[in-house]
Amino acid sequence: MPKRRIRVLIAKPGLDGHDRGAKVIARALRDAGMEVIYTGLRQTPEMVAEAALQEDVDLVGLSILSGAHMGLVPRVMELLKKNKQDNVKVFVGGIIPEEDIPVLLAKGVTAIYGPGTPTTKVIEDIQSLFKQ
Amino acid sequence: MNLAKSILESDRLALARLLTRVENDDPRAKADMDALFAHTGKAHLVGITGSPGTGKSSLANQLAKAIRKEKKAPRIAVLAVDPTSPFTGGAILGDRVRMRDLHGDEGIFIRSMASRGALGGIARTTAAMVQVLDAAGFGMILIETVGAGQAEVDIASLAHTTIVVEAPGLGDDIQAIKAGILEIADILVINKADLPGVENAERALKMNIELAHPEDGEEGAKGWIVPVLKTQSHLGVGIGEVVDAIHAHEIFLHHSGEWQKRDEHRLKSELEKLIEQRLREHWQNGVDVEVYQQLVEDMIERKISPYQAVEELVK
Repeated sequence: MPKRRIRVLIAKPGLDGHDRGAKVIARALRDAGMEVIYTGLRQTPEMVAEAALQEDVDLVGLSILSGAHMGLVPRVMELLKKNKQDNVKVFVGGIIPEEDIPVLLAKGVTAIYGPGTPTTKVIEDIQSLFKQ
Repeated sequence: MNLAKSILESDRLALARLLTRVENDDPRAKADMDALFAHTGKAHLVGITGSPGTGKSSLANQLAKAIRKEKKAPRIAVLAVDPTSPFTGGAILGDRVRMRDLHGDEGIFIRSMASRGALGGIARTTAAMVQVLDAAGFGMILIETVGAGQAEVDIASLAHTTIVVEAPGLGDDIQAIKAGILEIADILVINKADLPGVENAERALKMNIELAHPEDGEEGAKGWIVPVLKTQSHLGVGIGEVVDAIHAHEIFLHHSGEWQKRDEHRLKSELEKLIEQRLREHWQNGVDVEVYQQLVEDMIERKISPYQAVEELVK
């Protein structure tokens, strides 16, 4: 039995109510053998960071379609750092305009996945992060 | 890093890390577990079990919220188990979705875990994780099982108080007298009590309890009579009665000496599991893989029986 399972938190911060993307990715990661903690809609950055702490996850996936990513994503990262969880990787999915992508990456986001990204790409990226 | 020391100083990250190590059988956890053991045995362990979709998570959410409002409220930990896929080993742990009300209360700690192949409704390491939370000073630990049908009854040997959650329409009076999950209930909750069929469910469950205690009659009070309570956990209806029953059961356990008995039973069964695990590991480390493969082949070709293979392998 493998001792280590990758634990991922999939969260939807902000006010938009479209969680299909988040569910698709949660399900795909489950099928890739990961343990996915799913927290549901309308999470505040504080709720996301608190869940990441209690669950001791390896990475956090944020799904944002509301356009509020430039506020929400840096705030989540700030809180993770405050909780001494700098090691936790953050990836973002949703509608992120081209010009915001380099800004978020510069802030330490591991990857950004737009609409139409094959789930296999996300899985491969995550697995390569945790290859021992 | 000495996690045990930090945990006793209420460091939440250290607690989360040790829980992960315990869950993963990480050998580094052992020294911390040894150091913490003396601090365990104080928490009231409350199991919540029942079929999928009966509302276990919502009930846990409401119970934690209500109990935290009491005077001298204990800190509460919730340990929620969801099933692991038998095919991929992956899991969706979704119990937190129902527990968002609990955010912002520093006295609450929620942890999700996957069953990782265990079939009894909780994971193999759930008991050890409960020990960590107990040592960390949580006065009450709610343990939510995998959606359980009839035979997933491991929670009863872990918890002091077991709540079985039912919903209307899940079965008739014959279901109610079957052996299994209903037998382990200290408190029976019929959730979703606004749905049709609630009277039938209540009647069937109450009848079953009366059949179990025919001798109690009017003098009663010799044993614990399982209360049947109706709730609508999304609205918080009936939650106060369940909270009262949990406290009453705790008092009953202390007065009757049952608390001590359950504690002993739990520790003994934990010890037995550890022995089994250690013996298995010992055997696995000692077995000759080629001999093993050969015996398996012989067995598949029907040259030897599984019993003969065991005789060869375990000497």
